[in-house]
Amino acid sequence: MGAEFVQLSLTPMLIGILAAIACALPGNFLILRRQALIGDAISHVVLPGIVVAFLITGTISTWPMIFGAAAASILAVIIIEAIRRFGKIEPGAAMGVTFTSMFAAGVLLLEQSDTSSVHIDVEHALYGNLESLIWLEAEGWHSLIDPATLATLPDELTRMAAVAVLIGIGTWIFWRPLKISTFDETFAGSIAIPVSAVGFGLVVSAAVAAVAAFDAVGSIIVIAMFICPPAAARLMTNRLESQIMWSILFATLSAILGYVFAGYGPQWIGLDNAVSAAGMIATVSGLILALACFLAPHRKRLGAAENLGQ
Amino acid sequence: MLDGILSAFFLQSGYNATLVTIGACLLGIAAGTSGTFLFLRKRALISDAVAHATLPGVAIAFIIMVFFGGDGRNLVGLLLGSAISSLIGLLAVGWITKYTRLAEDAAIGAVLSVFFGAGIVLLTVIQSMSSGRQAGLEGFLLGSTAGMLFQDAVTIAIGGVIAVLAVFTLRRPMTLAAFDPEYATSTGQNVYRTDLATMGLVMAVTVIGLKIVGLILIVAMLIIPAVTARFWSERAEHVVILAGLFGGAAGYIGSAISASAPDLPTGPIIVLVSFALFCVSLFFAPERGIFSALLRHRRFQLLVHRRQGLLAIAHGERIYDPLTLSTLRKAGFLRADGVATDSGAAQASKTLRDERRWKVARGIYQDDAVSNLYDGLTPIEAVLTRDQIAEIDRHIPVAKQVDGDR
Repeated sequence: MGAEFVQLSLTPMLIGILAAIACALPGNFLILRRQALIGDAISHVVLPGIVVAFLITGTISTWPMIFGAAAASILAVIIIEAIRRFGKIEPGAAMGVTFTSMFAAGVLLLEQSDTSSVHIDVEHALYGNLESLIWLEAEGWHSLIDPATLATLPDELTRMAAVAVLIGIGTWIFWRPLKISTFDETFAGSIAIPVSAVGFGLVVSAAVAAVAAFDAVGSIIVIAMFICPPAAARLMTNRLESQIMWSILFATLSAILGYVFAGYGPQWIGLDNAVSAAGMIATVSGLILALACFLAPHRKRLGAAENLGQ
Repeated sequence: MLDGILSAFFLQSGYNATLVTIGACLLGIAAGTSGTFLFLRKRALISDAVAHATLPGVAIAFIIMVFFGGDGRNLVGLLLGSAISSLIGLLAVGWITKYTRLAEDAAIGAVLSVFFGAGIVLLTVIQSMSSGRQAGLEGFLLGSTAGMLFQDAVTIAIGGVIAVLAVFTLRRPMTLAAFDPEYATSTGQNVYRTDLATMGLVMAVTVIGLKIVGLILIVAMLIIPAVTARFWSERAEHVVILAGLFGGAAGYIGSAISASAPDLPTGPIIVLVSFALFCVSLFFAPERGIFSALLRHRRFQLLVHRRQGLLAIAHGERIYDPLTLSTLRKAGFLRADGVATDSGAAQASKTLRDERRWKVARGIYQDDAVSNLYDGLTPIEAVLTRDQIAEIDRHIPVAKQVDGDR
């Protein structure tokens, strides 16, 4: 746990934790609103947005890509709404049509364009590159208080931290309208909460979290963190406040354990190559959810619990 | 380019491409039809969980086959593994929905992300195995038809035929369960088992489609044709057949286009062809399409303006609305200077009489179905009999005066 840890593992771990928390926060509300699969849809449609941004600017730079991804998410929301309204198609199917088509367009654009010189491909988009986000200049724990070395931290870390803080503050500021409109939309409307604006804001913040995390850790963590930690937290408590806390705990735990298992796990069982950290973090979050499904105090529906008592 | 597409269309661009095209067409038919039942049951996205859950099975099957000294790339073995793990994923979705308070969408998302993550972990394990470097299992993510073996193509084609036959055999119970599960139960049908059969079909289609379109995009082949077909018909049987046709066409056209050039991946092209068919339907379908909705709206708008304009003439009011003016002029009811023509005046008084009759009719038949038919557009003659209208006219003294206009 010395210099090597700070150099190679600290930053990816922190990025993983921040990405997990940034996704889990809006995930809590998405789960309660039965919109859990929006995270899945967003993480698919981000691909064409990033590819188009790359084709226009010709470079892999952060802001155009984030802008492209955000534009693609908004376009997807519009298409989904249009299909729902005009075609009178149920939202799940409308979502299925939209995100698969946009993802297919993204893959096709990638294959068509000459991206061999730069690091952008479908595998990278799916499972990210967490292991490569190292902090080479660090020489040990004391580097954390050395401004010159701190300046060489990977961009992904500062960006992910900024997004996580932004989403945290947003959740805190809009706590009351978010909570009320999630649980009782009619009541929220009657006390003049702009229900549809709150809903749209939630989707946008989910998209921002997804885009920022997508860049650093790949879409597979994004989907898993939107759903698994909040779902497990939902089984732990009946109070939204504690559910949020549990989901942050579970997200952090998944990121740390997942990263450690991916990096050191194979050595423990005698293999010498590390496995995918993104995949392992998703797997660990799934294991936590599985444990919660079997053991958590509030795992049953209210009606089901009463029936058991009879 | 065009030559390439045409020759692929008529199955002239080589043995392998021909096999892929036929396989994709059969797969499209099977996916379109079985996806329709999922869609009608409002469970379209469960196929996403099924598809993503195949990945760990593929990887484990590869590892087991290599461990026992076989060729890890044996397609039948890999597909068997994918079927088993997608079945486990499907059961997990069902279990979570049934025994915990989590909703189905959360269960679907959890299963798809966790199984996919585990699959990715196993893929990296395989990459570090000595025999795993050439495994090419990444091809299952987005499909890869390049360098497909003959027996792979035959496996896919046979699977497609079996799936189509299964849909044909099960079409009646599945349609009934999709539309009216309660009625289906009351006729003695086991809806739960029908659902299982539908899921089994979806799983089969997913597994067969892994090699061609890959596990991320197979969902599109299950959902898009069904949604497309829904635009063209209100009858379940027709939707199923149309979805099969759309799916088959997308598979055939898509793989033909993709065979014509090297950098056109089959899976995404098939999905985009399918999406193009969907867009055409969204805009141009006769009843539910956007254009027909706009046309209907415009026709209604013109009728309202015509009626209100005629009423304004009858009341001797001036008309300012430009659309009303142009509607009345086109019908020859109004001269260019805004004065009503003879036929305009006649129509106006007829309309006014109709409106008065309606007013009385709504007073007489208050709780009747008649008053619900009043929309300010339907002439009363279309609703009531001549005797009833005569009865109404007795309540309207002025009605006698305008009678002569007829």
